[in-house]
Parts: sequence; structure tokens; C-alpha cells
Amino acid sequence: MQPIPEEAGVTAGPARSPVARLAPAFARGNLADRVYGLTLLAMGLTIPVLLAFLLFRVGVSALPALREFGWGFVTGTDWNPVESQFGALPFIFGTLASSLLAVVIAVPLAVGLAIFLTELAPRWLAAPIAFGTELLAAIPSVVYGLWGIFVMVPWLRRTIQEPLANTLGDTIPLFRGPAYGVSILAAGVILAIMIVPFISAVSREVLAAVPRVQREGALALGATRWEMTWQVVLPYATPGIIGAVILGLGRALGETMAVTMVIGNRPDITASLFAPGYTMASVLANEFAEASTDLYLAALMEIALILFGITIVVNTFARLMVWRVARRGGR
Amino acid sequence: MAGGAQGGAVSAPAAIQWRDRRRRLTNVVMLTLTGVAALLTVVPLVLILVHLFTAGLSSVNLDFFTRLPAPVGEPGGGMGNAILGTVFLVGLAGLLGLPVAIGAGLYLAESEGSRLANGIRFLTDVMNGIPSIVVGIFVWAWVVVSMGHFSAFAGGVALAIMLLPMVTRTTEEMVRLVPRELREGGLALGFTRWRTTLGIVLPAARSGILTGVLVSLARIAGETAPLLFTAFVNPYWGWSLDQPIAALPVQIFQYATSPFEEWHRLAWAASLVLIGLVLAVSLAARFLIRSPYKDR
Amino acid sequence: MPETSIQASSMPSSQTPGLRPEGPGQEDSPSVAAVEARDFSFWYGGSRALNDITLTVPERKVTALIGPSGCGKSTFLRSINRMNDLIPGTRHDGEILIRGTSVYRGDQDVVELRKRVGMVFQKSNPFPKSIYDNVAYGARVNGVARGRRALDEIVERSLRQAALWDEVKDRLDRSALGLSGGQQQRLCIARALAVQPDVLLMDEPASALDPIATQKIEELVYELKTDYTIVIVTHNMQQAARVSDMTAFFYMGQLVEIGRTDDIFTNPREERTEAYITGRFG
Repeated sequence: MQPIPEEAGVTAGPARSPVARLAPAFARGNLADRVYGLTLLAMGLTIPVLLAFLLFRVGVSALPALREFGWGFVTGTDWNPVESQFGALPFIFGTLASSLLAVVIAVPLAVGLAIFLTELAPRWLAAPIAFGTELLAAIPSVVYGLWGIFVMVPWLRRTIQEPLANTLGDTIPLFRGPAYGVSILAAGVILAIMIVPFISAVSREVLAAVPRVQREGALALGATRWEMTWQVVLPYATPGIIGAVILGLGRALGETMAVTMVIGNRPDITASLFAPGYTMASVLANEFAEASTDLYLAALMEIALILFGITIVVNTFARLMVWRVARRGGR
Repeated sequence: MAGGAQGGAVSAPAAIQWRDRRRRLTNVVMLTLTGVAALLTVVPLVLILVHLFTAGLSSVNLDFFTRLPAPVGEPGGGMGNAILGTVFLVGLAGLLGLPVAIGAGLYLAESEGSRLANGIRFLTDVMNGIPSIVVGIFVWAWVVVSMGHFSAFAGGVALAIMLLPMVTRTTEEMVRLVPRELREGGLALGFTRWRTTLGIVLPAARSGILTGVLVSLARIAGETAPLLFTAFVNPYWGWSLDQPIAALPVQIFQYATSPFEEWHRLAWAASLVLIGLVLAVSLAARFLIRSPYKDR
Repeated sequence: MPETSIQASSMPSSQTPGLRPEGPGQEDSPSVAAVEARDFSFWYGGSRALNDITLTVPERKVTALIGPSGCGKSTFLRSINRMNDLIPGTRHDGEILIRGTSVYRGDQDVVELRKRVGMVFQKSNPFPKSIYDNVAYGARVNGVARGRRALDEIVERSLRQAALWDEVKDRLDRSALGLSGGQQQRLCIARALAVQPDVLLMDEPASALDPIATQKIEELVYELKTDYTIVIVTHNMQQAARVSDMTAFFYMGQLVEIGRTDDIFTNPREERTEAYITGRFG
């Protein structure tokens, strides 16, 4: 990484104007350079301005609901637009449940894949598989949803849900029927498929960054390849992988189309994986166009706000972790 | 390694031999499992692609590209307007978002150590993580409400907002990759800062930036959620900024969630075309754009 | 860089050992020196890199700056065209003058300065353009020549001066990055010459090149001095001896001795100079 230095002042300069302090690179030089610098600065500023405006717009629109329901919005379980009852807990639950399930399924697969590609696979095998994961990442969400509805969900219902519900459904609440197919499980699985490529790509980079000397040292001591991976490489790469996982979680939280198409869209909180659910993103996609009253609209806006907040927190946390790894690994 | 010792001298105690065997077994098992993981991740890809082809290929014909959707329940028809709409919206988003994104990327690359720049970089990453539906809702509240109706313009704005943080970061990274000596060479010749950046550094980073732009455009072409409440839907041909416009992903969503077999078939075909479009652009970006510095 | 108490630093400039204003070599120079430093000091943040440097670079001669790694010769070179400004947290004291004009004067336009002072870097850095465009770009932007014919002339002249014309005249449109290392460096020299500078600064121009390419560069420098004032930093003493008229020996941020190259290498006055030249350290 090449940092590009600014033209610094040599010896004590004149009093620093606000522009000079904020954007020292652009505060000196002839007129053309200053105009250039300010133009770039303005373009850079569009991002925070847009973000602030977004927060403002959505926040203001959500105010009626915030005032009406207060904290009860987040704890209420009753979503009944007809009677102007708006409790968002089912959606928060659905979002968290499906995303966490996705992460649980995706992490072993993604990390396993990453290990396979960096440690094991010969070049002729690794390249096509890596290419395959890139393809997976490029498939639009709505196409995943389409495949989900017509291929994955029926298969899930037939091969997994019905058998499990019939055999274990009465004893284990997680598997309680009836098995609709569209369910939290379906959402979790499809989200997992969608985030595996991403987690695996970042993990591969992290694994590849582990210094050779560490690996060779372990092997020289007589460790098997697995032992080297498990005991030396992975611990070294763990913070980065955790960052990747949390970033993947962030993606899953915000995912809309594929989830909407396979989750069943029923605002209930149940313990069963096989029951339909509803996520924040899905309710927005489904009901936003039909919000007939102002309060309804405001309630949906508040859901958008909550979703926005959760994803920002998760993503920020993930980036801090990755940033910490980058600093540490710069040896 | 203590293998079977031959006759005399050193024979490893049975406990160690057993432990070694167990270690080797573990090794083989775990490594095989990673291979299984790799396989499992590739399987969905294969399944999806296969199904796309078998379910959709038959419906991808000339009609598909040139006709409008048939009325509800009737067979035939195509998605010509949706294909055109997607191209139009992506073009509009590019027009609105690319100049600002590249400028912002340049700004970030040139402002080393500035706290403001670090803050903006952080916020750019935050913006990359905003759920697409939230962006759509925001643009609805901003543009659609102001205009009083859905419009292609609103759709373009929504896609541009998704495009902005992506291209900003890739541009910044590509500009940073340009060797520092190049910039110094320009400055030493007496070039002003802007001329050095625009005339020397930017052209040197050109291929990388272009790749980033194409890949990002391909990504937003597949986005549905931002368009649901902005560009909305339109069963007719049209490329007026002022009117709603059809788009491939939205069309797929509508048709997939409808009760009509015929529409399901068309949804598969549309998905095939959409993926074809996205992949073609992404792959072209990767393989066709060569950097002048690639072969150094 | 630790500050050692050496006599040079505490003496006023006229009595700095090694610099004899009336000595041979200095007599031959015209009254206004090409480059002159007066008590110039330079700091990277808190650490002092240059210590009250006072020297004169005569016109149309090659002046070599030699010394062990880290002695400050490159820092001094880069101070002449203010390339050090690119590094944050630096400061200076004293003056550097080019043809009598102070380089660090408050209203001095750095861009204008760099048009008059050309620089060739250690690692060749041709632009990712054609050979023709590399040389023409600077000339065109700086207004030295406009219009196709004027540019063609400048390009040919600069490439001839850099002893590269014959090798590239048939492929001016090809990318500069396809040239060999030595050719690229000569291209960078041509590029610097195209802007018609007063002074040419060279920061170890041949250190990344093989012996044959190095020799070509050295011959080039020897020929260029009839038209240009050249200041060259080199860690290769033999190169300095071959190529330069004046030599300045830097050590730990100080100017230890400066004088005619012949004198420095056969009969240095300072002990440290002799130690360096005979290879006892460095």
C-alpha cells in the first residue's frame, strides 16, 4: 500500500484556515490546484451528506410511530395493521434467527473451503473451485429466491423437514411440524449459500497472509498438515476470520429478496425451525407499497431505521476487527 | 517418524505408535472434510445453473427479447421492456454516480493522514453495508414523494446510491497501487498537482478503475429491492425519466411470486438472461482489461 | 541522526574546512553560481538530517555528492527542488539559492521551480505512455513547445541528447515500459531535458543498472555538462571520480569537504574524507 503524501508545509506556515486544517493537501498551490482540491473534497463529502440525509429522512418519517409506541415497538409481538397494532419483535426475531442460522451453517463450510483452497488443493483444482465461488457471489438475490421457491424449498420439505418433524417433532421443539417448506430453516439455508462465498474469500486472504515461517516451523517439528492448520495457522488467522464472519452476518441481516421468497412471511415467533417467519427486510419489501395509513408507514419506517441501525453496528464491529488484524499482521 | 522398526535397535513403544496412527487418521479425516466442504459449496452453484438452463433456456427466444409481457394468464409474450429497462437504469445510475464516485475515490487516495478523509473512508464502508431495501425506501421518501409518482429517475438515483460506495473504494485502492515514483516523476517535471493526478496517475490506474466500475455496474444490474418503490413496474416499453420503468430483477420477482405457470417459466428465462448479462460483464472486466504495468 | 560535535558545525561558513573560496576550481566558476547553499539545515520531524551545509555548485560542471548511506546527500539533493516538501513533518533552516534566487522564499512557486530544475530518480519511472509522449508531455504542458512540429523537434533533440534516439527512433509510438532498464533511465533523462531546465539533479541514476548501461549513463553525464549544470548523488566513488568536476563529501549530515574532484581523490585535506575514499568505512 503506497500512501501518497501531501505537500506539507516547510517551516511554520501562516495561520491555518479551516480548509487548511481539514484538507491540508489542498490548501496550498496555485488556483487550479486549489479548485481541483476543493472539487475532490466536495465529491468526498457527498457520502457523509447522503448518509446523514438518509438517517434524517427515514428518522423523521418514523417519528409518528416512535412517539406512538416508544419502546413497546421493539417488544411488541402483535403486528396488526388493520387495527393499527404494530409490534416489531417478530421481525427482529426472524431477522436474527435466520441470519444466525445462516452463519452457523456457513462458517464451517466457508472456513473448510478456505482451508481446502489455500492448504490442500492443487492448482488445477483450486482455480475452478475459486472461480465457482466467485460465480456464486455474482448471482443476484432474486435468482436465489427463484431457485429457492421452486427447487430448494420443496426438496427441503420432502427430505429434511417432513422426516424430522414426523420422527422428532414431538420431542424436540426445533423440529416441530407442520412442515411447510417455507420456513426459517429455508431462509437460513439460502442465506448460508449466499454468504459462504464472501466469508470464504476473506478467509482465504487471511489464511494466505499467515507467514510461511510459521507453517514450515510446525511441519518441521513433525506436525501433520491438519495439526499445522488447526494449531498454528488458524489461531493466527482467527481474528481476521471472525471479522469475515461478522461481515457475512451483516450481509445476511440486510438480505431482502431471497429471504422474502422462502421464509413464508408470517409474523410469528416460534421455536421451530420449520415454521414460517418474517424478517424486517421482508416485511418492508412486502408491505411498504400497501401502507395505507400514516401510522402504518411510520411503523415501517421505524423498522427500516432499526434494520439500518443493526446492520451498521454489526458492520462497524466487523471492520474494527478486520482493521485490527491488518495492523497486527503488518509484520 | 516412528514406523515399524526393523529388527534390533529402536522400537517405538506401542502407545506412541497408536497415537501416531490416530494423528494420521485425524489428519486424513479432517482434510477430507474440508474437501467435502468445498464440494458442498459448489453443489448449489451447479444445481442452480443446471436448473436455470433446463427450466429457462427453452423460453429464451427472439420473442423474449422483443415482446412485451402478455396480459395476465395468457401465454406468450416476452420481457423486452424489462431488459431495456435494466440497461437504461444501469446507464442512468452510472451517469449519476460514477463521476462522484471516482472523484471521491481520488480524494481518499490523495488525502493521506487527514482525519476527515479517514472518517469519510469509514463512512463509505458503512454505506457499503446498508441493506438495499433501506436505500430504496430512502429514495422513495426523497425523490418519489417529491415527484409525486414512481419514476425511472428515482430508480436511477437508488442504484446510483448503491454504486457510489463500491466504486469509491475500488477507485481509491487502484489509485493507491500506482507506484509513488510515477507521481514524483510528474511533480519533479514541474507539473501541478492536478495535472499529475489526472494526466499521469489516473491513466496509470485506468484499467483497475475500469474493472472496478464494470464489476460494480454488473452488481447493481441484479438489484431488486432498491427498485421496488422507486422505478416500480411498467408493463410497456418506455424510457422516460418521468415514468415508472420495468426492470429484469423486479420482473423476475413479480413473476416468481405469482400463481401462473407461464410466468414461472418466464421468470426462469429472465433469470438466465440476467445472470448471463451479469457474468458476461464481470468476466469481461476481469479478463479483457489489461494494466500497462501487468507484465513488468 | 546523532549530532556529533565536529568543528565544521560550529565554525562560520567562510572558515568551513574543505571549502576554500579562493582555491582552485572555485576560481573557474562564474560569479553567479548555479546552485548555492548557505547554512542549510534540514529536519525530518525531530531528527536533524543536514547540518549547516554551505557549498557552491558551479555552472556547467558536474558536481558529485558522495558519502556513506544516510549521510544526507540525497536529502540535500531533494531539497534543491523541494521534493522533500512531499514528506510531512519536515522543516529547514538557512537558504538554497538557484542563480541567486532563494528556493524557499515564501512566494516561490514550487511548480515553477521544478520546471527549472530537472530530476532523474534512482529507479526509472517512465509514464505508462508511448516513448514519444513521455518526452513530449512535459514539454507540451510546460509550454516549451506547442504544435506537432515543434514537439517533434524537441523530442528528437532530447532523445539525441540522452543518447537514445538511434535506438528508439523507429518505435516512438510503442510503450515506454517495453524498454530495458538502462533505456528507460535514458528516457527519463530525455524527459527531464525536454523541459529545458537550468540545473539537472540526478539521484544515483545508475545504481539500479547493469555495468554496460551504467557506463552509457556516465558517458551521457559527461557529455551533458557542456550544456547543463549537473548535481549527481552517487555511492560509487569510482563513478564520481570518472564523471565529475567537483566533489562534495557528506558525512552524517555534514559537508566535510568540497573541492575539485582530482584534489579530493588524490589529496584530500580532511581525515574523514581520506578514510572514506580509501575504503576504511562506508
